[in-house]
Amino acid sequence: MSALPFTRRAGVLPGYGLSLGITLFTVCLMVLLPLTALIVKASGVDWSDFSTSITGPRARAAFALSVGASLAAALVNGVFGTLVAWVLVRYRFFGRRVLDALVDLPFALPTAVAGIALATVYGQDGWLGSLLEPHGISVAYTRLGVTVALVFVGLPFVVRTVEPVLHELDPKVEEAAATLGASRVATFFRVIFPTFAPALLTGVSLAFARGLGEYGSIIFISGNMPLRTEIVPLLIVTKLEQYDYAGATAVAVVMLAVSFALLLLVNLFQARVRRARGLR
Amino acid sequence: MKPLALLFALAGTAALADTTLLNVSYDPTRELYQDVNAAFAKAWKAKTGETVTINQSHGGSGKQARAVIDGLEADVATLALGYDVDALHQKGKLIPADWQKRLPNQSAPYTSTIVFVVRKGNPKQIHDWDDLLKPGVLVVTPNPKTSGGARWNYLAAWGSALRKNGGDEAKARDFVTQLYRQVPILDSGARGATTTFGQRNIGHVLLAWENEAFLLTQELGKDRFEIITPSVSILAEPPVTVVDRYADKHGTRKVAQAYLDFLYTPEGQAIVAKHHFRPRTGAQPERPQLFTIDEVFGGWTKAQQTHFADRGVFDQIYEGGK
Repeated sequence: MSALPFTRRAGVLPGYGLSLGITLFTVCLMVLLPLTALIVKASGVDWSDFSTSITGPRARAAFALSVGASLAAALVNGVFGTLVAWVLVRYRFFGRRVLDALVDLPFALPTAVAGIALATVYGQDGWLGSLLEPHGISVAYTRLGVTVALVFVGLPFVVRTVEPVLHELDPKVEEAAATLGASRVATFFRVIFPTFAPALLTGVSLAFARGLGEYGSIIFISGNMPLRTEIVPLLIVTKLEQYDYAGATAVAVVMLAVSFALLLLVNLFQARVRRARGLR
Repeated sequence: MKPLALLFALAGTAALADTTLLNVSYDPTRELYQDVNAAFAKAWKAKTGETVTINQSHGGSGKQARAVIDGLEADVATLALGYDVDALHQKGKLIPADWQKRLPNQSAPYTSTIVFVVRKGNPKQIHDWDDLLKPGVLVVTPNPKTSGGARWNYLAAWGSALRKNGGDEAKARDFVTQLYRQVPILDSGARGATTTFGQRNIGHVLLAWENEAFLLTQELGKDRFEIITPSVSILAEPPVTVVDRYADKHGTRKVAQAYLDFLYTPEGQAIVAKHHFRPRTGAQPERPQLFTIDEVFGGWTKAQQTHFADRGVFDQIYEGGK
């Protein structure tokens, strides 16, 4: 904590200067530069235009939906993604490798394909839709549909961040807890959970951030109804369609600020947790 | 340096002998321009002995216009609406302001109109615009904020209501407001709406380009859908233009010009008809009676401002305010 950020720590391997240089260069070129262009563009926007772009009823509804659905989907993924990771790490069963590969599919699949597939399955004539609709549960073209799509695209983030940590977790620790008289519930919540909680938080926040930005799959399943199922990225595209670059930039900057603040918060929190446990 | 200069010189001559054009167009013209390109290349070869290759790019009309403005070096642009071509002038300074006067028929070599597609047997008995407001009828049309085709649909509905009510704007607004209350889903593009209606069986009527309607009935089966032509509809005039800045840069102005002129020739018009666009020559069908966007809305820029801009009429329909 007291060390200055650029103070060199003596390491066993050489290359500190070189690797840090390349890192900064890459991050600047690939991440910072395009984002700076966005901010510069936004700074040219008239403030009153800026605020009307982001405070209209449609914009507010879209922000509420994007944040709400992303959060709901991230939490669902937090629970089920952890379970999937647990199963993949702890059990050996037929088809485990296949399941393992399947988890990554949402990463690889073009999101439009995912959206069309989900709309087909949950549509009124789809496999699931035809079962759910008679009970009054509509998924396709509702907010629920948006959430379902976000669960789909976000799942790998949680699984892939939690999995390595669970892998490191020695079953002997659980056995020790059991021999010391801890109940199963206590073992889970007081021994296992704290080890992977930081990873889980990372996974959930990544899934959440991904959800905020997701466009391709959502537009096929949401129905895009103003005030009801319109997401923020659609709002941006809508503004671009009117050549309203300023309005689109204003919305984008707000999205960016929300995502960045969130990721920064999570990183700071984790640093605290690590320090509290004496890991650096 | 010398070998490099030689290489450039060689590349230069190769480009002269073998001209390439890029036609940036919108979605439903893919098949049309495949045919046009082959026919034009043949005609051009016969006339001048030069080989010309035409590449085509397709996507949503607004997206394509933005790509050209942002640097996609199209020699010609063939888009869905005048508004998007206007943007090439207003936002990109790529073409002159009077682009629309440079070719016959306001630079639109083919037209289309907006028709209805219903399910076989027309169970809801939909024959004209008023029937769309029958209780329980669900209408599928894409989002006019994101789709050029959807804007034609919206304006067709507005204009036909104006005609029926002797030009009463308030009645037209009521009609369109009620119409959009019966739209369950606003897809982001015209093809998306076609899929929603055709594959997912949602809605009773699809508002569509005439050429898309033919494509749908032919591809998904004549026994499933019927085309209903309303009594009045809009004359959709998708315009074409040479993109001056890029054509001059590539030295392709002459062939680009010839390419667009070709669309107006009897051969070009025959290809247009084959793909269910309406040619400019020959007899036009009696139904629907057509009105143009200039007559009713005073042109694209005005229509866009009034209806589709932020807090325009379309937004008000959903936001409730006035």
